Amino acid sequence: MTQTATLSQRNIITMESLTADDIEIILDAADSFKEISTRAIKKVPTLRGRTIINLFFEASTRTRTSFEIAGKRLSADVINISGAASSTVKGESLIDTARNLEAMNPDILVIRHNCSGAPALISQFVNSPVINAGDGAHEHPSQSLLDLLTIREHKGTLKGLKVAIVGDITHSRVARSNIRAMQTMGMKVNVVAPPTLIPVGLENLGVEVCYDLGKGIKDADVIMVLRIQLERQNQGLLSSLREYSNYFCLTENHLANVSKDTLIIHPGPVNRGIEIALDVMEGPRSLILNQVTNGVAIRMALFYLLLGESDANSN
Amino acid sequence: MSNILLNDNDITRAITRISHEILERNKGAENIALIGIRTRGVTLSNRLQQKINAIENTQVEIGALDITLYRDDLGAGIQKPELKKTEIGFALEGKHVILCDDVLFTGRTIRAAIDALMDFGRPASVQLAVLIDRGHRELPIRPDYVGKNIPTPKSKRVQVLLKEIDDEDKVIIQEHAK
Repeated sequence: MTQTATLSQRNIITMESLTADDIEIILDAADSFKEISTRAIKKVPTLRGRTIINLFFEASTRTRTSFEIAGKRLSADVINISGAASSTVKGESLIDTARNLEAMNPDILVIRHNCSGAPALISQFVNSPVINAGDGAHEHPSQSLLDLLTIREHKGTLKGLKVAIVGDITHSRVARSNIRAMQTMGMKVNVVAPPTLIPVGLENLGVEVCYDLGKGIKDADVIMVLRIQLERQNQGLLSSLREYSNYFCLTENHLANVSKDTLIIHPGPVNRGIEIALDVMEGPRSLILNQVTNGVAIRMALFYLLLGESDANSN
Repeated sequence: MSNILLNDNDITRAITRISHEILERNKGAENIALIGIRTRGVTLSNRLQQKINAIENTQVEIGALDITLYRDDLGAGIQKPELKKTEIGFALEGKHVILCDDVLFTGRTIRAAIDALMDFGRPASVQLAVLIDRGHRELPIRPDYVGKNIPTPKSKRVQVLLKEIDDEDKVIIQEHAK
């Protein structure tokens, strides 16, 4: 009699592998989980006795904290391991590290790594479900899901919406996850950036490429601004940050020409004044902090939906 | 094969009687709050609220509880019950909370509901109203208000159908548990 929700995947590695049904199931669950974070006692006993390991080989504040809070609000025990503190600095291979962690019977592994494909590789060697918390320039599925939740909350639906993704597309796992997911959900995607920050052949994914910010965002329902990755700016892709800023920084002037209902999102961290003007970031259309709030709900939903496979006869 | 245990009139009479019992026991509607357990408990709590409001000419608080996250049988496979929202828009402190559900069976749902309630605050008391009590308790839980006691074999399935969700009001018993 109770309706059930089942994901087609037991790992969350890419948005490409999730169906529209999977995405709807996750967003619906997250929508219900949001309420828990507004309670005085922000905790439910659902994952009591479960262990979640956050294995982060790359710096992160928002994502790691978000996964940790999500686990704790579900009563799971959350262990954080950062790259610098792990045995990989002693020369242990990634797979050996994962196997050793697996030997301690965690229920789920959350992995961030600077190499694309690392979480997918680990998932082949461990039994616990693996969540990709960002791998190189490949994918960042939980970010994409929280973006979709934020958009759906404010627009009521996803299908048919037009999204402009502005910024360093080449190095952005957020862009890659979102392009796939948004297409799955029937949305139309424009990318806007200087040619050096757009990977060759991107049009083949069915997105429209635009080199002019004003044109690119003209009839967008959602503008997603990406961070200019300062650490990559010695590669000669931009002549200078100031020049990038002159042409691609989203300002109130640009917004004068788009609908009042256009939403602005940014995965963070933000370089104020470089990719987005301060007043836009803090303006009424900006949902940047809503995204962070929704991130916790999305990660709670993922834990809830993925955990439990191991003990098939506990009832 | 299925048999009708209660028809629409029986259900309406039971709701009316339970409303009066709630008011009698609590000496009026002051500080009463109704909280329905999703899904059909919420429908019943709505009907009780309308009845009580009409009798006492007042407006009693109402809320909805999803107990999924408090269940003791989660983790049975990757298939997960669909999660709905919990909506309790008032403070529980000092309130006499009437939990409402359609069928009382093992008592495990009520255990979960009480645990969930306690995470929201400290009500003055918690009482339980059910449309059907079919016995077979696995926990020391008893209802305060019962529409009808129906002793049934454990293997059978009692189903409450309500107009708001199922287009008709009736309680049926079916030969085999699904």
